[in-house]
Amino acid sequence: MSVINYKSNQIFPPPPPSGDPTYQYILLKHRVVPGLRKLAVYQKEGGYEGLKKALNDYQPGQVIDLVKQSGLRGRGGAGFPAGTKWSFIPKVGGAKYVCCNADESEPGTFSNHELIENNPHQLIEGILITCYAIGSELGFIYIRGEFARGARVLEEAVKEARAAGLVGKNILGTGFNCEVIVHRGAGAYICGEESALLESLEGKRGFPRLRPPFPAIAGLYARPTVINNSETLCNVPHILRHGPEWYANYGTEKTKGFRLYCLSGHVERPGNYELPCGTTFRKLIYDLAGGVWKGRKLKALIPGGSSTPFLAATDEVLDTPMDFEGIAARGSMQGSAGVIVFDDQTCIVGAVLRLVEFYKDESCGKCTPCREGTQWLVQILHRLEHGEGRPGDLELLLNVGSNIAGKSFCLLGDSAPVPIESALKLFREEFEYHIHQGRCMVGPGANRPVTIGAAH
Amino acid sequence: MVEESNLKLTGESRQKIVALKQLYPSPRSAVLPALHVVQEQFGYVPVPPMAEVADILEILHGEVEQVATFYRMYHQQPVGKFVVKVCDSISCYLRGSDELLAQGQQKLGVKCGGTTPDGQITLDKIECLAACGNAPCIQVNDEFIYDVTPAQFDAVLDELKRAKKNPYFVP
Repeated sequence: MSVINYKSNQIFPPPPPSGDPTYQYILLKHRVVPGLRKLAVYQKEGGYEGLKKALNDYQPGQVIDLVKQSGLRGRGGAGFPAGTKWSFIPKVGGAKYVCCNADESEPGTFSNHELIENNPHQLIEGILITCYAIGSELGFIYIRGEFARGARVLEEAVKEARAAGLVGKNILGTGFNCEVIVHRGAGAYICGEESALLESLEGKRGFPRLRPPFPAIAGLYARPTVINNSETLCNVPHILRHGPEWYANYGTEKTKGFRLYCLSGHVERPGNYELPCGTTFRKLIYDLAGGVWKGRKLKALIPGGSSTPFLAATDEVLDTPMDFEGIAARGSMQGSAGVIVFDDQTCIVGAVLRLVEFYKDESCGKCTPCREGTQWLVQILHRLEHGEGRPGDLELLLNVGSNIAGKSFCLLGDSAPVPIESALKLFREEFEYHIHQGRCMVGPGANRPVTIGAAH
Repeated sequence: MVEESNLKLTGESRQKIVALKQLYPSPRSAVLPALHVVQEQFGYVPVPPMAEVADILEILHGEVEQVATFYRMYHQQPVGKFVVKVCDSISCYLRGSDELLAQGQQKLGVKCGGTTPDGQITLDKIECLAACGNAPCIQVNDEFIYDVTPAQFDAVLDELKRAKKNPYFVP
């Protein structure tokens, strides 16, 4: 395959690419190459060339340097530079581990799902290269339990790779040994939190750990461990194959490369969009995805999964480049790049209730502020939504929220109040309307007769 | 009907769990996949096989039980042959998941979490299934159905009323 050097301002066409043969997907190549799931097809498309290059041409430390040079940042949410993370692994003997975080559960995020079911070898190759780079001989893929098919696809791919000498002993005759274990979770959002993931992988409840020590020092089985999101690892083979300069050619100054923007909610064409980092919201929502559905207007959007603050539908926001710095400058976060679109017929109170219910249901129960506080938040929002709000409820929501955030072990507690705080900043009048009128200010609920206790 | 206290793992299930034990650096890591094996056999996770799992993995019974009660995929009680799970998180909510759930409850005559009297279908909701680009989405047992319209949902439920095997299994 000849590689086209896309400049950072070039836009990948939207999926489905309406049969346009000139289009080149990278991470989403399976959309144009039938059967890419199979090893033979993957290899024909240049698959495992990155691994070959890593093992034959570079020392492990050089692989880390290459990934550092590429500028690849973690796709799970925090955006930590992947190469730097790997360089924290101490150069000591004994077991070290790579854990791929495929516990994709953040509302609005669905890139791993597509990558795993359609191109499992891309991920396995990324894990093998990462293992080589940090001196590990065992990689785990922690895949959420609900991805039963994803787990089957991965198991089959590992089997194929093992039969071809790409997993196991003496890989490609280089003396490098590496096993990959596909580990299915069993339904718990919290296991996407890296330390809870490790607990779960050790066969325990998914309770987050107190840090330090960080996983790089004491991770799985108290050994040095690298944990990366699946999408992050899927980028690695391409960086090895085409070089860090090629990769850094995409994206913006501080957020290099391309990523999958997961677009959902009230848009005409939701789905994963593979775009250079720093593409604007406007380009994604209006130029590629056909705009807000049913000809309606945009009310607000969530830019990076349900844990990131709402942004208003202003021109300033729409023209913001979707990278870590750009979105932070607008007061929200890039997060997992799960862009959720809300049309102007959405009652914000109902939407916020639904968002916060998720955190209530998924709180692991370890920390009291999060376990109890998320229940309270839902109770208060529930009565607001159902026409039973009381004066002072909005202050109470903020107060309870501020007693959860920062007072729990992990980010779940910090995330739970986020939708409330940001929605109150943008749409406070809708909450007040609910308190005083007992029904929605906008949307279908606005026309219903007021019956206290059953306004919805 | 076998008394729950008499439920035992089959030889095949035991073999699978032994293989899992040998796969991991620490046997305890095999608890989650082992419980999937248990659920595959019984349709839920009864108490006696949990003790068998603990014995095979050489860990405490309580160490298995605390896992079985923490993760939502392990059913503590028997459920229908087909568990229909409607995702009701934000992106599906925005595209009509609540309406699907109401439709299902009405059609099947059960409340959310309930099972039809013939034991064929359990209707439940579930947190974000990571298929937000194909909202609303549902699962039948562990298999996905995407972009579900009310008419399709109706057809799915009709099909499941008669189905012997999960018709939505994709290898």
